[in-house]
Amino acid sequence: MSMLTINNVHTYYGNIHALRGINLTIEQGEIVTLIGGNGAGKTTTLRTISGLLKPREGSVTFEGENLAKYKAHELVYKGISMVPEGRGVFSSLSVTENLEMGSFILKDQKEAEKNMEHVFTLFPRLKERRNQLAGTLSGGEQQMLATGRALMANPRLVLMDEPSMGLAPVLVELIFDIIQQINKEGVTVLLVEQNALMALSIAHRGYVLQTGEIIISDSADKLKNDPAVQKAYLGME
Amino acid sequence: MNEITKENFLWSALKIGLLGGAIALFICLIGMTEIFSKRAVIEKVITLGQFVLLAISVSCGLIAARRTSQLLRSPSAFSGLTAGLVAGLTVGLVLALFILAGDKINFRAVFLNASPALYKVLTFEKGIGGAWILPAAGAISGLLGAAFPLIPTSVRRPLFHAVLFLFFMALFSGLFRVVIINQGEKGEKIAKYLFGQTGMTVPGASIFFVLVGAISAFWSAFGKQIKTSASNLPKGGKIGLRVVAIVIIGIIALGLPRVSGPFIAQVIVIVALYILMGLGLNVTLGFAGLLDLGFVAFYAIGAYTVGLLTSYGPFGMQHISFWAAVPIAVLVAMCAGFVLGLPVLGVRGDYLAIATLGFGEIVRLLAGSDFLINYFGGPQGVIGIQKPCIGVLEAFTKIDVPRMCRGIELKDPQDIYYLAIFSAILIAFVSWRLRESRLGRAWMAIREDEDVAEALGINLIQTKLLAYMLGAAMAGLGGAIFATLIGSIFASSMQLIVSINVVALIIVGGMGSIPGVIVGAIALIGLPELLREVSEFRYLLYGAVLIIMMLVKPEGLWPSQAAKRELHHLDAEAGTEL
Repeated sequence: MSMLTINNVHTYYGNIHALRGINLTIEQGEIVTLIGGNGAGKTTTLRTISGLLKPREGSVTFEGENLAKYKAHELVYKGISMVPEGRGVFSSLSVTENLEMGSFILKDQKEAEKNMEHVFTLFPRLKERRNQLAGTLSGGEQQMLATGRALMANPRLVLMDEPSMGLAPVLVELIFDIIQQINKEGVTVLLVEQNALMALSIAHRGYVLQTGEIIISDSADKLKNDPAVQKAYLGME
Repeated sequence: MNEITKENFLWSALKIGLLGGAIALFICLIGMTEIFSKRAVIEKVITLGQFVLLAISVSCGLIAARRTSQLLRSPSAFSGLTAGLVAGLTVGLVLALFILAGDKINFRAVFLNASPALYKVLTFEKGIGGAWILPAAGAISGLLGAAFPLIPTSVRRPLFHAVLFLFFMALFSGLFRVVIINQGEKGEKIAKYLFGQTGMTVPGASIFFVLVGAISAFWSAFGKQIKTSASNLPKGGKIGLRVVAIVIIGIIALGLPRVSGPFIAQVIVIVALYILMGLGLNVTLGFAGLLDLGFVAFYAIGAYTVGLLTSYGPFGMQHISFWAAVPIAVLVAMCAGFVLGLPVLGVRGDYLAIATLGFGEIVRLLAGSDFLINYFGGPQGVIGIQKPCIGVLEAFTKIDVPRMCRGIELKDPQDIYYLAIFSAILIAFVSWRLRESRLGRAWMAIREDEDVAEALGINLIQTKLLAYMLGAAMAGLGGAIFATLIGSIFASSMQLIVSINVVALIIVGGMGSIPGVIVGAIALIGLPELLREVSEFRYLLYGAVLIIMMLVKPEGLWPSQAAKRELHHLDAEAGTEL
């Protein structure tokens, strides 16, 4: 059984038909990437999975359970965390306080402390800046913080929305290394990216989204060598 | 090159002076000077109106001198003083020009306040021949302002404190006079020596000036020593010191209404009620970031609940005691918070402000409407609200006859004072605990980013509704005390302006800060209540204060830690790239 199954999902923004029957599966332990241009519906797909948008048709199933009956805030309890687009750190709180917010759903204080130690070993940089305000961090550090915050809730699936956005190439590599690392620790990742080349280089499989429809799905290696994908998304002729 | 910069600094001083003159003229023409001049700072020497005008030219001189030191490459004391002189003189000249022109042209056709009384004040009662006094006074005060930074700090600070204190005493001289007179025959003698009918006497002012100056000088000389020796005390001694301080504050707080008389007690009660409302709105707006412009509705609901449940008048429904009615009022207000919260849950930002504004008006209009006149008394309101009774309350006999209280009845503002202060302290404590709680963190998260908060597992609906309900409960408690304080309630006293006052006091005090609410309530509600002269210009000053606050101290008078950090460090530290 797949960890997450999206079956023929149609999502609307008012009257705008944003997702036109998406089918997508994620297996336990994978990194799956969703690539596509602006307005293709990548973020909409993430918002639909995380319950911020409700599909008008179709279903999203996580570990055998239909997610339709859950509200957005209940999905964290199910084991799905999100790293939002634009990072969404609490700028007037310190790094530590941001991470504490990430463990909001944990009842056990000790577990939260253990998770924070783990985040600090993943991101030593955050430990250095633990008392600094999140708003004063650089873009790369904020991305680390948003990722770390998502990990604080013990997720089994992490949804990442454009982690490379606005970052220098060296930082993108750093972030993607970390994604691989948390994946090795057993966390499944759905990675939404415009930077298709980078995303495909760490993902196991990929889906290409265009105007609300999935046009190609294959293993990451095959997608990288697909001429149509190369032309449209990898900037190769 | 040097020539040009020199011209520049005089020109800038002239501009500052013209601006100051315009402000002074404005203050004169709206009638402020005239009304303020009914009050003397020092009797027969200087009135409050004149003091304000002089203060303008002093500050112009100060600003001009400071600007000069920025403009000139090698600023000297002389150039600063010249700039101050020019700025102060300009302020005075603008006013003098106005007096001379006013002699020929009748400004009164347009400016109602350009009255003979105003000219009298401006010329220090010397008629048109006294027009020269203002430029002279302006020049001297501008010079003083410019000279102020040149004085060594050890002299400057006591001087500043003494002048500030004189101004403060002048504003409240009437109150102090009455309070001291009330202390018996000896008090009367002292009061008459220190204060005249309209302000301080010359000996009174001198005593205060010397006293405050001496204390300030003493503190600046030995303050550090005292502080270090206090912090070097053993732990037990420190705690003892704190206990002594709390006991002293407690004794002052307990004794104050007895000494001050009913008027000041009533003002303090009103301030305490606004603190309750402010703490309530601080939960909804400050903690959770949900703007509510109809906050008076919950105050009204609390007041009406207590009124209807306890009144011995025609609209009394239950005739229960105040103590039994208060929890019910708080609960009803909470339910109202729920009812308001439910439909506006999905509304954000500006739209939320409008929706809540409508709610406040609906509650007021319903309470005062003819439609519900049989329940709420319409415009006549609910009268005959029972005072709180500590002891046994005799049974209700008939309409319009208060129930007898065997025990202590809290019937005067001086008695309600204790109830109001206790409630304010209690709710401040509750607010503080709430902010530190899990719920408080959830509020903080939705204030910062609703979507992220939801993604972190925060139930938006529940958290927002709780913010509305708890905020409403606090305002409801305030309303309940208000009802019993006044003894009658009318829909007309639940105006939109009350809601605006509460929002303003939170902004001035510092959004999300609990001490900020208290400071804001004292500054925006307490001071205008005490200063009768000012109350006429209350909203003008409000506007001015709010604009100045937003420019100079946007985080508020007593900001919360988060706001302080955000506004002052974010800009400075941003941009540190990895």
